[in-house]
Amino acid sequence: MKTQMTGAQIVVQALKDQGVDTVFGYPGGAVLPIYDEIFQQNDIRHILVRHEQGATHAAEGYARSTGKPGVVLVTSGPGATNAVTGMTDALMDSIPMIVLTGQVPTFMIGNDAFQEADTVGITRPCTKHNWLVKETDALADTIHKAFHVAISGRPGPVLVDIPKDVQFANGTYVKPQKAAIGHYNPRVKGDIDKITELVELIEKAKRPIIYSGGGVINSGKAASMLLRDLAKSSNFPVTSTLMGLGAYPANGDNWLGMLGMHGTYEANMAMHDCDLMICIGARFDDRITGRVDAFSPKSKKAHIDIDPSSINKVIHVDIPIIGDVGHVMEDLLKIWKSRGRKIEKEAISKWWKKIEEWRAVDCLRFEQKGKTIRPQYALERLEALTKDHDRYITTEVGQHQMWAAQYLGFNDPHRFMTSGGLGTMGYGLPSSIGVQLAHRDSLVINIAGEASFQMNMQEMGTAIQYRLPVKQFILNNERLGMVRQWQELLHGERYSHSWSEALPDFVKLADAFGAKGILCKDPGDLDDAIMEMINYDGPVIFDCLVEKHENCFPMIPSGKAHNEMLLGEASTQNTIDATGAVMV
Amino acid sequence: MNALSLKKGISRKSAYDLRSLYGDEIESHTLAVIVDNEAGVLARVIGLFSGRGYNIESLTVAEVDHEGHRSRITVVTIGTPAVIEQIKAQLGRLVPVHDVHDLTVEGPSVERELALIKVNGVGEKRVEAMRTADVFRATVVDSTLESFVFEITGAPEKIDAFVDLMRPLGVSEVARTGVAAITRGT
Repeated sequence: MKTQMTGAQIVVQALKDQGVDTVFGYPGGAVLPIYDEIFQQNDIRHILVRHEQGATHAAEGYARSTGKPGVVLVTSGPGATNAVTGMTDALMDSIPMIVLTGQVPTFMIGNDAFQEADTVGITRPCTKHNWLVKETDALADTIHKAFHVAISGRPGPVLVDIPKDVQFANGTYVKPQKAAIGHYNPRVKGDIDKITELVELIEKAKRPIIYSGGGVINSGKAASMLLRDLAKSSNFPVTSTLMGLGAYPANGDNWLGMLGMHGTYEANMAMHDCDLMICIGARFDDRITGRVDAFSPKSKKAHIDIDPSSINKVIHVDIPIIGDVGHVMEDLLKIWKSRGRKIEKEAISKWWKKIEEWRAVDCLRFEQKGKTIRPQYALERLEALTKDHDRYITTEVGQHQMWAAQYLGFNDPHRFMTSGGLGTMGYGLPSSIGVQLAHRDSLVINIAGEASFQMNMQEMGTAIQYRLPVKQFILNNERLGMVRQWQELLHGERYSHSWSEALPDFVKLADAFGAKGILCKDPGDLDDAIMEMINYDGPVIFDCLVEKHENCFPMIPSGKAHNEMLLGEASTQNTIDATGAVMV
Repeated sequence: MNALSLKKGISRKSAYDLRSLYGDEIESHTLAVIVDNEAGVLARVIGLFSGRGYNIESLTVAEVDHEGHRSRITVVTIGTPAVIEQIKAQLGRLVPVHDVHDLTVEGPSVERELALIKVNGVGEKRVEAMRTADVFRATVVDSTLESFVFEITGAPEKIDAFVDLMRPLGVSEVARTGVAAITRGT
């Protein structure tokens, strides 16, 4: 293979050598040479989105459902700034993503040239790392290094900014194996002494709980299997963050459901009352902890995380273990089993009895009565009718997202794609496109609200163009439901700008795009309508008109502790005090 | 600085780091951060401090290994012990960062700063300025009939004291480098 090529050829060759099969992008002046190369090859499929934000979320969906990094190609200036939200989203949720941006030629940088932006400056805080490549000779090394940084350690988005003259000029290509990737190499093995300390606590724990997170999914399928092994052989209860759903199966015996602000009663009460908390690949996010000084006051806490900055950031832990959760769990199980896999059997069965009492509260119970569909019912039926399919779920952000986490069951990792950390409305539709591209024959459903859906609904065009049968399941309450809920709880029921007026007719909208539109407003029609959606071979916009004033429960009001949950439509007035009100 | 009830890391005197991670006392720490000298690396470090709400009391940076393109960033920062630990962890995970040394904990260390101080004056004040400079071992690096530029090197406290004494004698400008620091011994 010749090693001298143009910068644009280097980009495409580097992507091929990195095993990239799909690139999400949008052309423009400063990336034309790269697009010219893409035109002249067939190994890499380019997916033309309708907006660069869509490209980034599609890449996230692709990455999160496959475990491989997502790749985005956009132009300079507005192309790059439009990608900022998706990069920030990927940073918060630790999604590996490589964003290639065009830049004005090196001799014009700093001159306020047409479509010039300080891309590396703008994206420095929203990437794991970024590079401006000023010489074609450095291009191959930089792209290979970018892949290395994106996928090693705690994964995240990276950006390579490539000026147009660098794309045209000739340079030397190096293969990934020969590239200088630098010193970045986070450790994956955990400290054996610390792991042994944790084993000792496991042997003595009377009220243990495993609190797992997205790190288990990021670590790879093996980590999920190890988590299941740990839970099964110890009989410890398992709860998970939003990002970690599916790592432990929802139909598993030890599953308590999601924890946190809208988590289950049993999960949060168990977190509050446990004596040993094993946090695996989660980060004590504020949606999880509630009031920090009242967080699980009686427990010893162990925290396994690959990112040292996650340790002791929010919650002081007794046993910090820095390393890849897969490697650490492997060592943990080995040591624990070699010591005779002891547990406090009696105490733990007592603990399970207590948990069963909490579970008996049945915190997700609801009643479907009357002529209006309750959103919980819509998701319960969707779950019943789709759970046996090879199914992937994405969501937008808001009440529907929490209901999806509560009422849908995920039995495998990489099956639930949602914007957790950043909470990006508009994430779900493009994400579902990325998922469907990676899993052509699977059933991909985006659980949406009518407001979130409108934020990136232009991407329906992408779904049509590439014949992607993504199902858009809109729980339409004509409200920004979560905003409305907070205004009800916090702001004296003054519903400032939290309703959706001038909504499009979603069935006609589907029609206009060339998709199928389904409207459902009667609970009696719901099953048939969902079956119609599943059986249609093409993209569907499902407009499900639901109860407009439903609130999402259970809920830990901001500024409150885990054992101060609100259950159902009890009196919710004045439940959040002034200190809670300033929190988000 | 006293208003913040500053307390240096205890380990200067003790072999063990006895600080409670969750004390709320504000401490001052001097960090030496070894980085690849690549474009934007300083912006990355400074952006981390501003983006996460940490404080920079003093910052110096220069390439210290020209062949390896390594720079040493010496940053003096303040915060509670937990915040200082976070700062170190956050710095450590930046891709171009090789090492983060907390000289306050790893100590003892030597801290030095260089300052150039312009003093305008004639007559007795001019003589007094020379006398004070002598006491502080500051050297004259520029002189006119009405002004001196003194160069002084030392711990930041020494420079503070020198500038305070010089002020009534006609200080018109002060330029300081910020702290450079290194551990004592091998």
